[in-house]
Amino acid sequence: MGFAAAIALWVALVVGYPRGGHEMVVLLPDADGKVGTIVVETDKGEQVVLNSAYATARADPVGTVKRETVKEEEIRQTFQSALAAQPKKPVSFTIYFDTGSDELGDAMKPEIERVLAEMKSRESPEVTVIGHTDLVGANEDNDDLSVKRAERVRDVLVRFGVPADRITVAGRGKREPAVRTSQGVDEPRNRRVVIDVR
Amino acid sequence: MRPARAVCWRGLLIALLCLAPLVAQAVEDIAQIKVAKGAVFIERGGKRLPAKVGTPVRATDTIITGPDGSVGISFVDNSLLSMGPNSELAIDRFAFNSTTHEGTFNTSLRKGTLAVVSGKIAKQSPTAMKVKLPASILGVRGTVFLVRVEE
Repeated sequence: MGFAAAIALWVALVVGYPRGGHEMVVLLPDADGKVGTIVVETDKGEQVVLNSAYATARADPVGTVKRETVKEEEIRQTFQSALAAQPKKPVSFTIYFDTGSDELGDAMKPEIERVLAEMKSRESPEVTVIGHTDLVGANEDNDDLSVKRAERVRDVLVRFGVPADRITVAGRGKREPAVRTSQGVDEPRNRRVVIDVR
Repeated sequence: MRPARAVCWRGLLIALLCLAPLVAQAVEDIAQIKVAKGAVFIERGGKRLPAKVGTPVRATDTIITGPDGSVGISFVDNSLLSMGPNSELAIDRFAFNSTTHEGTFNTSLRKGTLAVVSGKIAKQSPTAMKVKLPASILGVRGTVFLVRVEE
């Protein structure tokens, strides 16, 4: 084995192959101003936690990672095209139900109209119809009821001309109450179907 | 679960198991392209398909943009991913339970730029969403972030 090849092998084994260029990760504030958390961990085991707005980490191909401060302007420029291509944020609409019931009243009509208007404003729109219940009764019963409610709303959307293949139905049962209550509380604001338009 | 339904599900399961060798992977749509400019492709099963607004995306697809390309994708869990030019993103694994919100969302950015707004999967579990880069891995606890891999 030649000397150069031996050196190359040593570099490959000890340092690791550089498998690409530099990596950059930037945490942005959420739409509501809150800031999340991203943990950057390199193959070498180095770690940086990003948890403030515009916090930036830069890693090199051999796995050294450092925190950096980068100007907001530079970030906007580097990611201009990716940011410009972001899809519209999903928007939610809500329809309420009577206790234990999957019957829909006329009161839901304006909300359905708003869903249709939102769909019209989007390219290739899709909807997910998600049923929820209050905290009265057993888990399985509420799972069933939440799906039934969602299916009712789906049928209404179809009647209003939304193609069925654009609609997905889900039931969250009592896992995601809009208002936190004790078990067994008959809370009208939790008996609902949420329509996500994306 | 009612017995009639259980039998029905068992029948379906057997049918799916018989079909498994024919269908290499689940063909469920997990996302859709909502924004597409310039050259945008989906690599699926060794084939490179042109992608446009409305094209469905499946788990294990790779999304590729050309020198003039950019793309925006909405996932069923409300995650939003968008990429600038000369970018390549592989979806390694996507699973989402719309009842419990449990799931896994693993991607690899091989090159280019990526903007992410995480969705219901990351909100349910801080370890469920990961983005792999050539020399590191990102644990996504939320919510909005940008990634760049230089060539």
